[in-house]
Amino acid sequence: MPSMEFKGKTYEVDEDGYLLNLDEWNEEVAGYIAEQEEVEMTEAHWEVVNFLREYYAEYKIAPMIKILVKALGQKLGPEKGNTKYLYELYPAGPAKQACKIAGLPKPTGCV
Amino acid sequence: MAKVKVEVPVLTGSTVFPVMKEGATSGIKSHLAKEKDMVALGFPGALLPDWKERAVERMAELLKKYKSLQVYLDICVKCGSCTDKCQFYLGTKDPRNMPVARQELLRKVYRRYLTVSGKVLGPLVDAEDLTMETLDEWHTYFYQCSECRRCSVYCPYGIDTAEITMAAREILDAIGYGQKYITEIIHKVYTIGNNLGMPGPAIQSTLDFIVEDIKDTTGAEVELPMDVVGADVLLVTPSADFFASPHVESLAGYAKVFKQAGLSWTLSSHASEAGNFGMFIGNFEVMRNVAKRIREGIEIIKPKRLVHGECGHAWRIAYSFWNTLIGPFDSLDPNYPAPQHICEFTHDLIKRGALKLDKTANDDFVVTFHDSCNVARGARMGNMKGGQFVIPREIIKATCNKFVDMAPNTIHEHTFCCGGGGGILTDELIDVRIKGAMPRMNAYKAIKDSHGANFFALICAICKAQMTKVFPYYGYEMEEVGGVHQLVNRAIVMGGKEGI
Repeated sequence: MPSMEFKGKTYEVDEDGYLLNLDEWNEEVAGYIAEQEEVEMTEAHWEVVNFLREYYAEYKIAPMIKILVKALGQKLGPEKGNTKYLYELYPAGPAKQACKIAGLPKPTGCV
Repeated sequence: MAKVKVEVPVLTGSTVFPVMKEGATSGIKSHLAKEKDMVALGFPGALLPDWKERAVERMAELLKKYKSLQVYLDICVKCGSCTDKCQFYLGTKDPRNMPVARQELLRKVYRRYLTVSGKVLGPLVDAEDLTMETLDEWHTYFYQCSECRRCSVYCPYGIDTAEITMAAREILDAIGYGQKYITEIIHKVYTIGNNLGMPGPAIQSTLDFIVEDIKDTTGAEVELPMDVVGADVLLVTPSADFFASPHVESLAGYAKVFKQAGLSWTLSSHASEAGNFGMFIGNFEVMRNVAKRIREGIEIIKPKRLVHGECGHAWRIAYSFWNTLIGPFDSLDPNYPAPQHICEFTHDLIKRGALKLDKTANDDFVVTFHDSCNVARGARMGNMKGGQFVIPREIIKATCNKFVDMAPNTIHEHTFCCGGGGGILTDELIDVRIKGAMPRMNAYKAIKDSHGANFFALICAICKAQMTKVFPYYGYEMEEVGGVHQLVNRAIVMGGKEGI
């Protein structure tokens, strides 16, 4: 089973580096995963991560991108409520890269 | 965890027979299946100690069960007609991705253990022992095939090469050596009900959001009803339609069409997935288990009609296999096809003049249509030969002013796979997916250069996900990819005409 070492602790992850135990997540771990992903976390990045985690806590799945975009627009202003901006934050794809940093499972299916 | 390296081919507008590069993609492998997923599907959780004996046994069982497989394994004369027909060979240049060479991985083992000449003469008749190395080659190359069946179109013996890939995957599953992406997804269908693993409340909240969003952005008031018992129409669609872009734009299109048709309709939280990855691993029992939810959905909702959304492999299963798997559909209105494709449904309304469509709404686009392989080569639409090619194009032409087809040897039954079908739409295979998309991308580039095409319309959830991912690698915008009902969604004039 692949794992990730961070600050002396071992975290179980899947082959693509997604945390397997969701309750092991914290902001420091998120920051470390972001570093590996070469994503520099700004306030906007954290808004995405926090929204994803809130949504997941309620629905047990990440939100549709459109829902995320709208939420972002409401938090950061309408000029930032678009998919393009989301891809600027998370170039490898908001659903997959942002979910990874947020400590959520990778959405899989026909997506 | 390491980042997957990708190498993007340069598009020239035409695809030529490449110089072979031995082992070019031998190192690109799908993740192995997890124990919990394998067990849930009824397979051994890990590679069995007696895997070799069990693999040969399973192959013998399959040969007994499927006479077609026996014929396909026996009759290939290695004429080579298929070699340059596979997008994975054309894109990766790895000779193991020539369909004949891929099949040989299975045939050589078949000969060794299950034919008299192979048992006696061994290597003299190209028969080879099953080794761990062979097994790994199976796991590599049978998951670099999308079961698209393009090569079968050109096979003078009519060998259905996808059946061979399916058999190989079925043997791998039977010995506990499955693939993660497919088995994980089927497990989610077993436990939650759809490929994405979206529980009912998540679907409901998403549908509510979409309804609001359509109202906010277009002013149109539509409904996306769920679990309405007694609705006229039950719509079964891929769960990606509730989650991904551009899939969701087509869902909005379906909703507007139903509204204009004046029919009551519903989605079902129980039958919330049209897709059926059981086909990708060739396992009949798994395929039937997945399909069973549709049967149960019909029993719960009691609709008169069963309509199917934009999903390629699912339409092949619905059209060609549902009757065997979960039929007959005696409770449905016999005046309509069961199931009926959403394109047939919309096309019928257009023909009757029941929809008002403003083509200028799509004037930004020069549209081309990508025939998805399982629709093109594994199913049909309407009541005429080739209806699956005609009907989506007729809808597109009714929704826009500028439509152009890609080159004839890349459309209809000759269509190239998007490079992501058949259970390989997974991140670790991205390099193979990008290369596998190359022939299709070349055809698109050609029509873009000659006619300015800028909208790649299609009717498959996998193709939509694959192409939105792959387009940017080739320097195109992901927004150029979209569903046929996305065009309908943009062009339809609400309230214009109502009723059938």
